[in-house]
Amino acid sequence: MRYGDRVAADGLDLDVERHTITAVLGPNGAGKTTTLETCEGYRTPQSGTVRVLGLDPRRQRRELLPRIGVMLQSGGAWSGVRAIEMLTHIASLHAHPLDVSMLVERLGLGECGRTPYRRLSGGQQQRLALAMAVVGRPELVFVDEPTAGMDPQARRTTWALLEELRADGVTIVLTTHYMDEAEHLADHIHVIDHGRLIASGTALDLTRASGGSTIRLVVTEPFPPHAASSLQAVLGVETEVAPIDERSLLITGPADATTLAKISAWCEESNVLPESLRLGQRTLEDVFLQITGRELTT
Amino acid sequence: MSLDQPGTFTPMPGAAPLPQQVAAQVRMETRLLLRNGEQLLLAVVIPLLVLVGGVLAADSVGLEFAQSPVDTLTPGVLALAILSTSFASLAITTGFERRYGVLKRLGASPLPRGGLLAGKLGSLLVVELLQVLVIGTAGLLLGWSPVVSVASILGVLCFAVVGTAAFASLGLLLAGTVRAETTLAAANLVYLLLLAGGAVVLPLSTYGDFGSVLAWLPSAALGDGMRSALMEGSLAVVPLLVLVGWTAIGTVATSRTFRWE
Repeated sequence: MRYGDRVAADGLDLDVERHTITAVLGPNGAGKTTTLETCEGYRTPQSGTVRVLGLDPRRQRRELLPRIGVMLQSGGAWSGVRAIEMLTHIASLHAHPLDVSMLVERLGLGECGRTPYRRLSGGQQQRLALAMAVVGRPELVFVDEPTAGMDPQARRTTWALLEELRADGVTIVLTTHYMDEAEHLADHIHVIDHGRLIASGTALDLTRASGGSTIRLVVTEPFPPHAASSLQAVLGVETEVAPIDERSLLITGPADATTLAKISAWCEESNVLPESLRLGQRTLEDVFLQITGRELTT
Repeated sequence: MSLDQPGTFTPMPGAAPLPQQVAAQVRMETRLLLRNGEQLLLAVVIPLLVLVGGVLAADSVGLEFAQSPVDTLTPGVLALAILSTSFASLAITTGFERRYGVLKRLGASPLPRGGLLAGKLGSLLVVELLQVLVIGTAGLLLGWSPVVSVASILGVLCFAVVGTAAFASLGLLLAGTVRAETTLAAANLVYLLLLAGGAVVLPLSTYGDFGSVLAWLPSAALGDGMRSALMEGSLAVVPLLVLVGWTAIGTVATSRTFRWE
């Protein structure tokens, strides 16, 4: 007996523990949806194995489908169907569905319940898609970008529902490119980029690594060549220097007086004029930037 | 947050019994079809116009049929109605279901593909039944006197089912391969072409020598079958085989080419 489900795809090696929220975090085009769709049985991996709830999502799809809930990133309903009608239909395909009116109320879909799908706002369509994913009382829910483009209110409603699902014993795998969403919701975060897993752990694990403090240095003119490596040499192995763009650098490590003194000495020596020097706690954004050399949200 | 205490969302997964799922799908698809104005135009209004217009025109122009115009035209218009629903409506709705991710979403629900297909065919038969009632009533009001016997009813049922199968397989072939807009345009075009030149409403004899070629079309086979049943009370074997052949071609081609997304 194993506790948890092993999920792997395209050189990704992801494990998901039951009764938790796992976030797959990455920029657009990182392979998040592909990963999810492989787990949902829409795609066959060219190599490697995927097991979801111990089942092969392709060959044992019929057995798997009633046990999982799927929220697609977009679409998934007839253009002329009314919101509640669509949800009721999906509910009727399941043996023990949730009470539709309760779910409608919880997700604030009451006022648009009789509105045709094509006239729902983006946020309403997403909440309906989430409702469709959970109405069958699944063990495991895959949600693809659950709050992309939602207003803050709808976002909090969605987060609260996902947290309650977890508390009631549902396992949730979500993709997101919002680091605050991953930080707020996820017990476990897998950061992926270009279809590869680049970091994995709890939000705390990921941000506390290498000191947990950051310094962002922005200068008035573009840096001279090899600025990052020359600053790295000055600061030593305690710290890590990563370029953000031609005028800014991210320095991770102990943000103490010694480090600051070294940075200002280096600026003078390299003949660059600091525009801003900002100290902060390391965020998931910084983790991503450090590993890939790119910003997560562009 | 104890896991022993069942909460609102405590997992209790499971698929509804398949017949219940199929019935839900039939209800859903039928409702959507009847709600769509353009589909209703295609399903009821155009066949009715063809029937009334045809009967009036035949009387004024003096078209010569073996039997009265209304007796000749009504079976053909019933065939046209079946064609419009099982081919054009099905192709167009399925094309847009593909485009809007409905097929994809239902693909992740407990409803199996066979159940989805059964739901579609079920809703086609429900709509066709409504069409037959409306067109049949209109025909009777215009003085239609069909042959009513066990053989004629059997013939109508047989051709309705096999005709639906043939045109549905061809409609799905179209919907599963090209874009939704192309499907919309092509399905309407094919419908109009078959209406005008497919020997569906008018018997093959009105097309002269060309009739022997048209006889191989599924539209002519369906029209002939309906006419044989309702005008002579007989089951037309060759048209039935033609429709079975088209069903086989359509089904094989669709199962090889259909793309769900």
